[in-house]
Parts: sequence; C-alpha cells; structure tokens
Amino acid sequence: MAEAGEKSSEMEWCFSQVKGAIDDEVAEADLISAVEFNYTGELLATGDKGGRIVIFQQNPENKSQPQCHAEYNVYSTFQSHEPEFDYLKSLEIEEKINKIRWLPKKNAAHFLLSTNDKTIKLWKISERNKRPEGYNLRNGPYKDFTSIASLQVPVFKPMDLMVEASPRRVFANAHKYHINSISVNSDNETYLSADDLRINLWHLEITGQSFNIVDIKPANMEDLTEVITAAEFHPNQCHTLVYGSSKGIIRLCDMRAAALCDKHAKIFEEPEDRNSRSFFSEIISSISDVKFSHSGRYMMTRDYLSVKIWDINMGTRPIETFQVNEYLRSNLCSLYDNDCIFDKFECCWSGNDRVVMTGSYNNFFRMFDRGFRRDVTLEASRENCKPQSVLKPCKVSIGLEISIDSVDCNKKILHTAWHPLDNIIAVATTNNLFIFQDKLK
Amino acid sequence: MEVGAEAKRIMVVALGKLYSSRTQRGGLRLHRSLLLTLVMKSARDMYHAAAQEEEEEYNGVVPRCDPAQVDSNNTTSTSTTTTQTVEPSLEQVSDSFTQPEPMEQTFTHGQTQQSRKRRGKISAVPDFLPLKKAKLDCPTQLVVLVDYVTCSDLGAAPSPIPVPMAIAAC
Repeated sequence: MAEAGEKSSEMEWCFSQVKGAIDDEVAEADLISAVEFNYTGELLATGDKGGRIVIFQQNPENKSQPQCHAEYNVYSTFQSHEPEFDYLKSLEIEEKINKIRWLPKKNAAHFLLSTNDKTIKLWKISERNKRPEGYNLRNGPYKDFTSIASLQVPVFKPMDLMVEASPRRVFANAHKYHINSISVNSDNETYLSADDLRINLWHLEITGQSFNIVDIKPANMEDLTEVITAAEFHPNQCHTLVYGSSKGIIRLCDMRAAALCDKHAKIFEEPEDRNSRSFFSEIISSISDVKFSHSGRYMMTRDYLSVKIWDINMGTRPIETFQVNEYLRSNLCSLYDNDCIFDKFECCWSGNDRVVMTGSYNNFFRMFDRGFRRDVTLEASRENCKPQSVLKPCKVSIGLEISIDSVDCNKKILHTAWHPLDNIIAVATTNNLFIFQDKLK
Repeated sequence: MEVGAEAKRIMVVALGKLYSSRTQRGGLRLHRSLLLTLVMKSARDMYHAAAQEEEEEYNGVVPRCDPAQVDSNNTTSTSTTTTQTVEPSLEQVSDSFTQPEPMEQTFTHGQTQQSRKRRGKISAVPDFLPLKKAKLDCPTQLVVLVDYVTCSDLGAAPSPIPVPMAIAAC
C-alpha cells in the first residue's frame, strides 16, 4: 500500500471511476448530499437527497494491483429515510441524507449512522452467501408430513452473495431544529448529534433517550445571534468535542468538566479584519464544516472563502489559512442574489494529515499541501474520464477581475472524502461521484 | 446614493428570501433565517449611515446635535435621526425615522454584537414588497432579529416591524 501522501508535492491524480447518471437533467432526488469512507477505506457510502444510501466496495481482487486499487463497485443500495410530516407543526421533514458516519468494525457486519433533519438511524450491512437447505417440511411446496420417513438436518449451502441492510436502531424525536452533524465517539459506544441550537449525546444501544450536552438556545429567541453549524468528537479523546458556529467561532468542550457543556473549555476565534467588512461578512464567516485531523492535534474549519487549520492548543488564530476562492469576494452580491452564498462546503484531511481538500464551484476542488505550502486546483469533469488519465491542474486567476458569469454556481462540489489509508479520493459533483487515485510512479 | 440604494436592495432581497423560505420543503431553516436577518441589519445600518452622510453633505453645516460619527464599518451602531430624503416606503420599515430634535445622540460605539439587546417585534410590512398576507393559524409569528439602539431621549422605543418568519418555538 502506498505511503499516504509521503511525497504529496509530487502527487498526480488520475481518474479512476465516475458513478451516477450521465444525463444533463438531474433529478433532485439524485443530488448527492453525503460522502464517507469507512475506517479501512474498503467501503464508500454516499447519501442523496432522495434519502437513499449507496455503498461502494473496493474491488478486493484489485486491491493489490496498484493501477486498479481505486476500483469501487456497488455493494448495497437501500432507502435510509423517507419523507415524513410533522402534523403538529405542519412541516414536512425532508428525507435528504445530511450526514453518514461509519462505526468501527466489530464483527463481520458493517454499521453506519445516517441522519436526515430529524432522525438518526443505525444501519447494519451484512453479507449473506449461504442459506440453509434441506428442511423437512419446506423445500418448495409444503411436503405432506405423512410422506416423511426420516428426519434430515438442514445444512448451509452456498448461494449468490446477497448484501442486506437493516435498520437496527432509530433515534428519533430528540431534535426540534435541523440536524447538521453526527459524530461517533472514540469510545465506540456513544455518538453526538447536533442541530442549530443543541447537541445531544446518545448511546448506540439506547434509542429512548439522549443527553443534552450543549444548549445555546437563548431564553428569548429574539436574542438569538448564533447557531451551531457543525460538531465533531475528538478522534482520540472521548471527552472532547468541538462545535463551530455561524459567527465563525469554534468552541471546544470537555465533558468531564460538567454535564452541560455550555461553557466552553477553549474558544477558537480569529479577530475580524475590519477592512474587508461588507454586507455579507456574517454569512461568509459562518463555519460550514469542522474536522479534526487524524492525529487529533489539529482541526480544520471551512467557511465560505477559506480553509483554516487550527492547533487545538492555540485559540487566538489559525496556524494556517488557505484561500479557496478569494475571487468570489468581489461577487458576493451576485452570490447572495442566487443563494449560492449559503452553500455549505465540506473539507477533509488526507490520511497522514499533510494535505487538506475542499470543493468549490465550476466542479473545481482544491488541495492544499501543508508541508510544501502548495496548492492545486483540479476539476471533476466527465471530459477527463479516460481511465488513468492524469488530471491537469487548473489555473485559476486570483485577480479580482473575474466576472460572476464565469463562475458556474450550478456545478459545485460540496462533499469530498479522502481514503483514510491511501491516496484515493471521492469527489461528489451534483449527481456524480468521481473517484481519483494518486498516480503511482 | 449608491450605498443606500444597494443597502435597500439587499434588504428587499433578504425579505423576499425570508418570505419564500416559509414555503420551502423541510420548513424554515434557522441558520439561513438568522444570516438573512443579520444581512438586513448590516444593510439597514449602512443605509442609515449613507443617508446621514448625504444629509450632512446636503446641509453643508454641522448639525446642532452631536455629529453622527457612525463608523461605517461598525454595524452595531445605528443612528436614529431622521432623514428627510428617505422615501416614504422605508419609513414603514423602521419607526426610528423621526423628526430631528435638538438632542444628544448617544451611540454605542464598539459595542459587540453579543451585548446588544434585541427587540424584534415588528408591526408593519414594507410596502415595497408584494402584498402577501400571512395566514398563520398557530402563533408561530417570528421576529426578524432587527437590532437598533434606542436613545432614551427620543422617547418611546420604535414600534417593531412585523415580518412573519417561522422559527420553531420550543
């Protein structure tokens, strides 16, 4: 297996696969809304606006072949969430999958958590390649029991592989506002779910109740100034969690300090640049994603125009800031008019935490190499779909003269994922999933 | 008055988005509604600041009361003086537009947003928006998080502006 990102400055990305329909007309239900590798990278789950989850599995035969190790095939497809209706509030609850999080593997089956706006579900994905045959009374039509002369013991016989997905737990009725995040704790027993104003702690085995650990709802809703936008558990410390807010502030909470973590243990906030203040400063400073590094030493936040890397030991300013699409700053008014300014981009770390990746418009996605201080802009396009074809970096002018007309806001990459152990990435455009791999020398 | 016109346009767009989000599938999004409200506040503050500057230029003299030293970058402060040039439609947006009086204006410079007490009751729909009566059966009328400074010398606090917006009550 290639050392993930060791020579990240020399990484060249090759097209591997693209999943999804080719049609230009995209059905809204097919819009990809979540992408997540499991802990080994063997499985890749995607969720869409129609409430479906599609799981891809890395082809085990090709794992050892360097040129084909990024081949993923459909493993399982199931309907995770259905649209619901809240009769009391007369509100429809969308079935769109907001987040998918895998659980560490404990046995032969795979488990994942999926959530829409209101309900979290624990799914078990298991394989069945044997079935019992040789029943005494049933093997096809019912046998006449009077004709049975002897008893036989049913035996397992091989069958075609069948992958079953079954809901094992449903965690419902705990969120009055829209769920934006779920995160599995490193203790493998609990997880958190976060909505706009509250964060709840669940036990994976208990669906009837959850603990509220963060509540920022003001006594008077007219005093509301800030909402929670993303939350995540620390990868190693089971008592530590962080949540980002609409004000661009990240708060770290320690559950050992108190049952209710309203008082943060640490706050991460960069002083505002007064010179760049505009009508839309509050919108573009809102945190859209927060991710701990695999080591747990750093965390990354994404706002509308930049990615920031924070050392969790220093809250005064980020240690690194990468401008993702600064050229949009002069077009914020147009982006506000067409609603794109409210888009929430996610970000992800490479397996060795050396490179970070995030999406942008025009189906561009950007990678920032922290070690070599370099960045690259690549495009996920069906025009570059030749197998093993190397992606050529796109040159994007960083000047301020870029017209909004050259920014295709309908082609946006909101969701990306990086294989935890290898240089394989999954990039979701509107309704297509692109898989790229590092070209091995 | 480019800034003022742009600010007004942004406010109109924000109100339109708030209206349309009521019928969105999945219900109102608290985060989005909050951001729109903050944009409206910023636009309104900048509109006031621009209007104030224009009035000063027009008058060409120092006003009797303390000059409105509103930092255009400081959106947490708001002048509540009148603007004779304000279009009648905008007066309905905020009742803070009153006749100028010899008074001391107090401004809360440098106040952080967190320390601002918000009184968001709103009572009139701006007439530059299409007429659309809210038909809410349940008391889910929300308040636009409009922030303004109330100067005690100005008398009673301005009456609120009603922009029906459903933030799910708890």
